[in-house]
Amino acid sequence: MSNTKDKSTNSFGTKVLQGNLLYTLISIAVGFIVGAILLQVAGISAGAAYGKLITGVFGKPKFIVWSIVYASPIILTGLSVAFSFQTGVFNIGAEGQYVVGTLAACVVGVFLKVPAIIHIPLCLIAAALAGGLWSMIVAVLKVKRGINEVLSFIMFNWIAYYLSNYAVNIPALHTDGNSEATKDIMDTAKMMITNESLQEVMGSGASYNILVAILAAVVIAFILNRTTLGYKLKAVGFNRHAAEYGGINSNREILTAMSISGALAGMGGACQLMGMGMRISQFSAQESFGFQGITVALIGSTNPIGCIFAGLFYGAMKYGGTKLSLVNAPSEIVNIIMGTIIFFIAISHVFKRLLLSRAGKKEAKGEGGTK
Amino acid sequence: MGRESHADLSKTVIAMHDIVKKFGDFVANDGINLTVHKGEVHAILGENGAGKSTLMNVLYGLYHPTSGYIEVNGNKVSIDSPEKAIELGIGMVHQHFMLVQPFTVTENIILGMEPVKGLTVDLNSAREQVIELSKRYGLQVDPDAKIEDISVGMQQRVEILKVLYRGADILILDEPTASLTPQEIGELIEIIGHLTKDGKSIILITHKLKEIKASADYCTIIRQGKYIQTVNVAEVNEDQLAAMMVGRDVTFKVDKKEQEPGDEALVVKNLHGKDYRNVEILKGLDITVRKGEIVGLAGVDGNGQTELVEIITGLRKGTEGSVRIHGKEVFGATPREIFEAGITSIPADRQKHGLVLEFSVADNLILQNFGEEEFSRHGILKRDAIQKKATELIEKFDIRPRGSENKPAGHLSGGNQQKVIIAREITNDSELLIAVNPTRGLDVGAIEYVHKYLVEQRNKGKAVLLVSFELDEIMSLSDEIKVIFDGKIMGSVAGRDADENELGLMMAGGGAHE
Repeated sequence: MSNTKDKSTNSFGTKVLQGNLLYTLISIAVGFIVGAILLQVAGISAGAAYGKLITGVFGKPKFIVWSIVYASPIILTGLSVAFSFQTGVFNIGAEGQYVVGTLAACVVGVFLKVPAIIHIPLCLIAAALAGGLWSMIVAVLKVKRGINEVLSFIMFNWIAYYLSNYAVNIPALHTDGNSEATKDIMDTAKMMITNESLQEVMGSGASYNILVAILAAVVIAFILNRTTLGYKLKAVGFNRHAAEYGGINSNREILTAMSISGALAGMGGACQLMGMGMRISQFSAQESFGFQGITVALIGSTNPIGCIFAGLFYGAMKYGGTKLSLVNAPSEIVNIIMGTIIFFIAISHVFKRLLLSRAGKKEAKGEGGTK
Repeated sequence: MGRESHADLSKTVIAMHDIVKKFGDFVANDGINLTVHKGEVHAILGENGAGKSTLMNVLYGLYHPTSGYIEVNGNKVSIDSPEKAIELGIGMVHQHFMLVQPFTVTENIILGMEPVKGLTVDLNSAREQVIELSKRYGLQVDPDAKIEDISVGMQQRVEILKVLYRGADILILDEPTASLTPQEIGELIEIIGHLTKDGKSIILITHKLKEIKASADYCTIIRQGKYIQTVNVAEVNEDQLAAMMVGRDVTFKVDKKEQEPGDEALVVKNLHGKDYRNVEILKGLDITVRKGEIVGLAGVDGNGQTELVEIITGLRKGTEGSVRIHGKEVFGATPREIFEAGITSIPADRQKHGLVLEFSVADNLILQNFGEEEFSRHGILKRDAIQKKATELIEKFDIRPRGSENKPAGHLSGGNQQKVIIAREITNDSELLIAVNPTRGLDVGAIEYVHKYLVEQRNKGKAVLLVSFELDEIMSLSDEIKVIFDGKIMGSVAGRDADENELGLMMAGGGAHE
């Protein structure tokens, strides 16, 4: 009896060692340790800073709500990047798709006068179409002309950036006030919680945009794992030759995959606009929601559901980070921590080997002993 | 067999005692013993997944044995890394070559152990050393050629030189003949002779009984991780070896009833096509396969076989000509259209075309069929049905390990990967089958199975085009043998009249029959 029990715990142990979660958690821990060391070196108490980070996120219900609101757009850009990884392309253009998605949602949100039940979906659809189209142009260039998508994606990020700044200054869209921004979107296009008793707990700026992100993650997980579409996209992503051999039209699937990925990033833009921003301001630098999506995708092991948790984590870090200045700690420490985490996730196969070989040796010793 | 043995039985170079290697609950090696003497060629024979590679990885320091110990030259050693193995004079030539394609032969051989002069690599003295080594062991290479430009046979000689350059006295050759032509295999066996004469010991991992007979002194047989026995090769015949490996008697002869071929299933006319370098490689090729016959296409690798099959199956575009399948012109059609015209194929490169290695075995088994009603509806995959099909095929085709439905195909051994492809293609069951090197890397049990299947298809009145570098395979199965040379059919021989020498001559471009 005890023998079989041993075996089952053993295989559970190796499962943990072979999966990704353990290494992600280790990487996160290492990220915080490195952050702490840097804070101490800079003469700032790491305890105070991390304490603030924790109370800044969990201190009040509305802080938690805000962290979640922050998380929603980057869950979507994270999904966008994760989806692209699963289908064999690298969507480094989520930033640009995010921007054109915001723009499309803004135009529909400002000019259309329809009830919320229609307005909100229309904005989201417009954003998805814009992001999808933006990415599809790059996909067409890749498929028809063999142009590496990474290069065109980066260029398209800048085109989107200047396009957005141009659009902000079009008189029809520009705010009547003094700021360098567009008009606010209609109330019917805002994804805000209006119930007063809920607002009392959650704060006045509470948005339910997280629902869009969670729904999208579930749909993407379903597409990837349960549909013939996901099967085709992944087959092309992993091994284009075998997919073609199996009769899959790889060019068409690449177009589909990149369009879906772009649509997700575009929806991320809409979620930010309709749940947080309400207007587009003139950019002075890229906002980086798309690039943060790469981080989210990697922390989430490119798994759609993993992206929800990774996005929530990143959202909390971003939101909590804004409060660090209260204890005289630079909010950039959050970026250092996130960067370190990614670095360690990238080299996590080293830990994996180390731990697996140690486990192997222990096992060998144990068995040698009983023999 | 008339080969001279150089084994010095008084000097034991390797002794592996009671090696056990477990992966979790799975026992890959279960008490294996191996003794190798100086100057000896020792073959290790076993089916796919029997544990040969595991044993060699233990010897080469890639795995640590769960229990048991190893002695090298009489000293008990712990080999915990390949570096340590190399230090002890053990070198390994892997089945899949590990060469840097754009580097020259010399650069590849010295990689990691470059002789230096000041701050620069002393290429001249390295080149001299390479030439010296290659002369000494009869390993012909061009020290200045780039790897991407040389033949598979020469690449293998480079791998062997790499090991010798590192001072190895014991060479492990893992499936060395898997991708070689018959001529190259002959040369390799000669090289092995030169090496042992000089006192080197060779451990040869192989499935090929004929090569064991031709080159090995002793043979250790492993079956399902267990040590079966070590035999003196001179005292056993091929049938006995096969029986020991599989654990039952194996028949190599396939029963082929006489039958008249029927309608034309595949007609290729005046086919022209280019290879990946954009050089014309098919120069007006004609071939016809009729229902109820196996046409064997023999030839040395690189004469257009790969491109021919790729063009027929739609993976490559031909430049000119006609391909008709069951009367339907499919030249230039998509792989899907061609598949639907009634063709299945076992591709030459299983890892490139045959499988998505990251996909589970179950998902690989439906690569062409995921869209069919059995496996999906309205675009939603029927996971239960896919799983059930996988379990059924794994059982039927003896894909090991059992229960690997949800394991990535890349985790299976090469032979079992091939079984996955064969299981899938057989299930597709179309009127025309193209098989390219279908038994490459398979053990005799599996080869027997594949051969039986090909003949069965023929007997059922289906058309089979067999493209293979194994002349034996072509000769024992084909009703008609065509020889391809330089992008054209050189000649054609009826299967029962085939003569190895005559075919060999045609494969080299001589003795045209047309």
